[in-house]
Amino acid sequence: MDDTVKSLAGSASRRRFLAGVARAAGAAGAFGLVVGLFGRQAQSLPAVAIRPPGALSEKKFLSACVRCGLCVRDCPYPTLSLAGVGEDVPVGTPYFIARRYPCEMCDDVPCVKACPTGALDPELNTIDDARMGLAVLVDEETCLNFLGLRCDVCYRVCPVIDKAITLEMSHNTRTRKHAVFIPTVHSDSCTGCGKCERACVLDTAAIRVFPRHLAKGRIGEHYRLGWVEKEKHGGESLAPGMVDLPDRLPDELPDALKGWKP
Amino acid sequence: MSGAVKCVGDEAVKAKGWLGAHKYLILRRISQFGIWGLFLLGPLAGTWIVKGNLTSSLTLDVLPLSDPFVVLQALLAGHVAAGSALLGAAIVLGFYIVVGGRVYCSFVCPINVVTDAARWLSERMNLPKGWQPARETRLWALVAVMGAALATGVMAYEMLNPVTIVHRAMVYGLGYAWTVLLAIFVLDLVVSRRGWCGHLCPMGAFYGLLGRGSLLRISAVNRANCDDCMDCFAVCPEPHVITPALRGAGTETGPAILSGDCTNCGRCIDVCAKDVFVFTARFNNAIPERGDTVMERKDRDAA
Repeated sequence: MDDTVKSLAGSASRRRFLAGVARAAGAAGAFGLVVGLFGRQAQSLPAVAIRPPGALSEKKFLSACVRCGLCVRDCPYPTLSLAGVGEDVPVGTPYFIARRYPCEMCDDVPCVKACPTGALDPELNTIDDARMGLAVLVDEETCLNFLGLRCDVCYRVCPVIDKAITLEMSHNTRTRKHAVFIPTVHSDSCTGCGKCERACVLDTAAIRVFPRHLAKGRIGEHYRLGWVEKEKHGGESLAPGMVDLPDRLPDELPDALKGWKP
Repeated sequence: MSGAVKCVGDEAVKAKGWLGAHKYLILRRISQFGIWGLFLLGPLAGTWIVKGNLTSSLTLDVLPLSDPFVVLQALLAGHVAAGSALLGAAIVLGFYIVVGGRVYCSFVCPINVVTDAARWLSERMNLPKGWQPARETRLWALVAVMGAALATGVMAYEMLNPVTIVHRAMVYGLGYAWTVLLAIFVLDLVVSRRGWCGHLCPMGAFYGLLGRGSLLRISAVNRANCDDCMDCFAVCPEPHVITPALRGAGTETGPAILSGDCTNCGRCIDVCAKDVFVFTARFNNAIPERGDTVMERKDRDAA
């Protein structure tokens, strides 16, 4: 009799214990799910927010940056700030907005040196190697140089002048007798400092810096540029002995084309 | 007792004076606000003693300190800290293993001031204790936080962590973090007394785990003097930790408070008129010789 009571009590307490564990584990799982989902959702970085020099790719950055703000403290300019609660940028992480205040590209890269976790890559020693973002001339309709004027401001302020931004001359089809100088960004040299965006004289900048993954296209892996391959192989064509197919022309050429040879 | 309303710590104030009965409370507030002040000295006065914030800082340009709770999340998210953060976390880890893990909660964490205020007001207004989740809830929260970092590959909890969000805002002057503080105050005041620090905070759980082996502990060495006034239980943020040490004479348990939940805040020392509690090393846990307790003496005198 006593044993039955004891074993009943035992199984009841065991059941209570298991129920308690299940409840706690369930709650922890739900909480973890919420944290995880929220964490994923809050990862998206708006296109105007640029990370400091040397920042790892966004996902890696969010696993590495402890949000201490030491980079902000060691930045000698008002460039960097930490994201506050309710901002679009993941809370506490450092960023700058080029139009507000661009990166001044200090030679000694103090922000990278300050980083205690390597979220800003310590391998970055030369600021010209930084790839914070990429300048893109987003609006050809308002850019003064495209309109045929000689603004040139973005070109002039570029710290990597004549490499990151060049002026490419072409014909002004409106006046038919002038040239236009097209500011052209070269991704192999542009650091994404944002000085061009900051300096753009328009009310809203025609040239802007975006995170590189937003600004850059990519050719398919299989794609080969014939002229590049030819150069690589000492003038040898990528597809030697290509069959030259006969040109197909209308049997009778119109008068205007009489005597024309392809 | 009839007529006069007894307040917690009245006897201690009578025995030791107001200052003596609030010694550790004052020390804690000095510590909490002092640390804040150190971080603000740079941006406000241009004197850079400490730079950064509690998650990672640099003191006098040489001493790196990092929060092991955050660095562990980074590690689980797949990033091995490359700079001084690992060293900084190791130093902090070592420090709390010596002085008691949850000393972080009671002497450093800025949220503590707010939750202490909420508790004081809640008791003052005689509000119900409200929701009191199981003691191990925060441990499960800790598991969930670390699991989220592992599963998502980012420090997911740092998007929510009120402790780091509030402290960062306090140092860098970021807006809207006060809403987080307000939420915690309201939670502790009307939903769940001591809810955040006492039951939910995974950061407290983490430091509590460190405290399970920490050197500095509070011990009820003079427990024979206890007159059961219950003031220590009333003032303690984690009252369950006191029982085995104070009432352990019958069960041959030592007088040291060994639970990692104890925050070493020292309020029990403050409010005890009989000086039952002292700070000591955890090894100092010999069972005191059984003399008459105060109560037994009282009973005998009455007889």
